[in-house]
Amino acid sequence: MNGAQALWQTLINHNITTVFGYPGGAVIPLYDALTGFPEMRHILVRHEQGASHAAEGWAKATGEVGVCIATSGPGATNLVTGLTDAMMDSVPIVAITGNVPRALIGTDAFQEADITGITMPITKHNYLVRHANDLPRILAEAIRLARSGRPGPVLVDVPKDVQLELFSGEIPAPHARPESPSPAREAIERAIEALKKAQRPILMVGGGAMDASKEIIEFAKAWNLPVITTLMGLGIYPSKDPLWLGMPGMHGSVAANRAITNADVLVGIGLRFDDRVTGKVSRFAKNATIIHVDIDAAEISKLVHAHIPVRGDAAKAARYFADHATYLENKEWHDKLQEWKDRYVRHPVWSAGYAIKQIVDQLSDDDILSTDVGQHQMLAAQLARFQKPRRWLTSGGLGTMGFGFPAAIGSALADPGVRSIVIAGDGGFQMTAQELATLTKYRIPVKIAVINNSFLGMVRQWQELFHENRYSEVWLGDSNPDFIKLADAYGIHAVRATNSEELESAIQAWLNHDGPSLLEAVVPNEHGVFPMVPAGASLEEMVETHEEAKQKQ
Amino acid sequence: MSANLYGDTPSSPTKDHIISVIVRDEPRVLTRITSMFARRGFNIKSLSVGTTENPGVSRMTIVVGGDDNILQQAIRQLEKLIDVIKVIDHREEKFVDRELVLVKVTITPETRVEVRHIAEDFRARIVDVGRYALMFEVTGDEGKITAFIEQMRPFGIIETMRTGRVALSRGSNADIPTQVYTDGGSKSLEPVLGDVEI
Ligand SMILES: Cc1ncc(C[n+]2csc(CCOP(=O)(O)OP(=O)(O)O)c2C)c(N)n1
Repeated sequence: MNGAQALWQTLINHNITTVFGYPGGAVIPLYDALTGFPEMRHILVRHEQGASHAAEGWAKATGEVGVCIATSGPGATNLVTGLTDAMMDSVPIVAITGNVPRALIGTDAFQEADITGITMPITKHNYLVRHANDLPRILAEAIRLARSGRPGPVLVDVPKDVQLELFSGEIPAPHARPESPSPAREAIERAIEALKKAQRPILMVGGGAMDASKEIIEFAKAWNLPVITTLMGLGIYPSKDPLWLGMPGMHGSVAANRAITNADVLVGIGLRFDDRVTGKVSRFAKNATIIHVDIDAAEISKLVHAHIPVRGDAAKAARYFADHATYLENKEWHDKLQEWKDRYVRHPVWSAGYAIKQIVDQLSDDDILSTDVGQHQMLAAQLARFQKPRRWLTSGGLGTMGFGFPAAIGSALADPGVRSIVIAGDGGFQMTAQELATLTKYRIPVKIAVINNSFLGMVRQWQELFHENRYSEVWLGDSNPDFIKLADAYGIHAVRATNSEELESAIQAWLNHDGPSLLEAVVPNEHGVFPMVPAGASLEEMVETHEEAKQKQ
Repeated sequence: MSANLYGDTPSSPTKDHIISVIVRDEPRVLTRITSMFARRGFNIKSLSVGTTENPGVSRMTIVVGGDDNILQQAIRQLEKLIDVIKVIDHREEKFVDRELVLVKVTITPETRVEVRHIAEDFRARIVDVGRYALMFEVTGDEGKITAFIEQMRPFGIIETMRTGRVALSRGSNADIPTQVYTDGGSKSLEPVLGDVEI
């Protein structure tokens, strides 16, 4: 057995049997060895960035490690965006890269890049494997690291000659999943005491609580706590439940942002108080005692001072809160919240918001919705109603255009039993549109909706609001491809809608098509996403309409 | 760095903090540590690294500039790095810190004696004698070294080289967790990473 074979065997022993990759000189031995492992499914993408986002989509949908593979140099550097995205959103992926033979490392050899050096700040950890005999245990450790504690990306760089070197050891069994830390009793009891006295409490959950949904629901119901889910936390709490207030932050709901500003106790679980969530930090939840539960000690009081820090596992903490519950009536508070909840934006009949609403209304509770980045992403986040966790895949921390489509491919392969739908903008879709070939190659039934507003919409919105309508370099309408023909060129079924009547039947044709298909919704471009908290402003300064935003200038 | 990296206003005054970082002695570990500081905009005022009595374990003394928040963040971010075995915040206990400096001072026939006298007061050792210059070696805490340099400045300092501070906690306890001294059973030093460049 050589190093390459040992690598595949290790992945298989870890129950990893789907990988996303792209071959090249420095990984030819890996691809050669692949032929001996029929149980391994390799998905050939069309750009390594696609492989990394597909691995993320896999991981976000399942909670299991996603794996991507690239060759040395340019192949490896094409993974950088996906690795950074995974780091920012705590997604467990393992990237395997080839490198030039050991003797050539450091000589500026053909297709050599110091990928361990390059990815140091964007991975949890990375390895350069020096000997084939180390390879399986390093890979096993990488997999364990990726999913333990706060999950994240790990890179394993394997020189070509290490892949070819004889492996003489034993393939290690998978590491047992390490027990996640329980919160300290004293800390959580202090938190309970504070919460008991609350008049205007809220619970805010982020992506770190993704696997604590059951406990969070019990916690909230037992205490009668209103719940806010961040962009990354959508689905952790069922949005049809009356306690749910929506998403906070820049494009959050009126109810969520008003609740934060007025709360006297805020329990935050598995979130990191990103600036898109907090707005101006010094005004964020300024009246509240903040209880922050997080597995990563470095997140506690990083941005927002935690009056009661609780370090530990989200599910364990929520379970403890649920088991020691005091039902808080607080009628006045709930009435007030209801009043705010009734304030939401109504979208004009033919607009991106309207089209997205029609699309998300067709989703079942099991469907997985991915988005790209931009206005359509925020609209989808505002309009979709998730009842379960891991049904919503979006690039939150990095805001990566090009993420949505390959992520949907990853999720579709992870669970063929569910429908994978992606909503993308006309700008972002083109960043990874070449993965249409991947859909065709494997007949992956991803449903793509391109919301075509002929603009880099979100940038246009900022230019409109903050730069006096100087629309510098955001017009795509003169050069967008014909998306129907583009899909057709890759052999993919596609339909177009240019008004509300067409949309209804187009959605049916699109969703009912057996196999991959694309829907293009051609929408007017003048609409912005509201409500909005202007960058740098506090949540109290939220504006609810375009006119209001202009007035505040 | 600016003290308000994480907030609108600095929460506590900026000052220097001294921490020790016990790390696995692996290639690139220094880069990992320093790149964390660089990426987050934390300021390393001084950094000394050396091996320890325990093979495979290195020890760094880092002086971090910034307010208490920045120190806290630096420590927590360090603790997250896989290569970091332990971080010691020396505010927590009494410690001894020392720095070594080489100072080259201009001398003339008129100043030679006075320079030597001052050096004696500081217990500085003469390590090189030239016609126009003397080189001194001084060990001590930061205050002593700064004072020595200030005393010598009027005579004409040609150049200096400071090592940066090194620190150890007082008392009989060891900063490095005992299990890393023994060969068996240490999670931190599993052979997993033995031959790996990380
Ligand atoms: C890779 C990348 N480049 C640039 C940006 C900056 N950016 C954020 S939103 C946006 C516009 C997106 O336009 P489009 O994909 O058409 O979606 P829309 O906002 O119109 O829905 C841009 C350029 C980004 N987030 N990611």
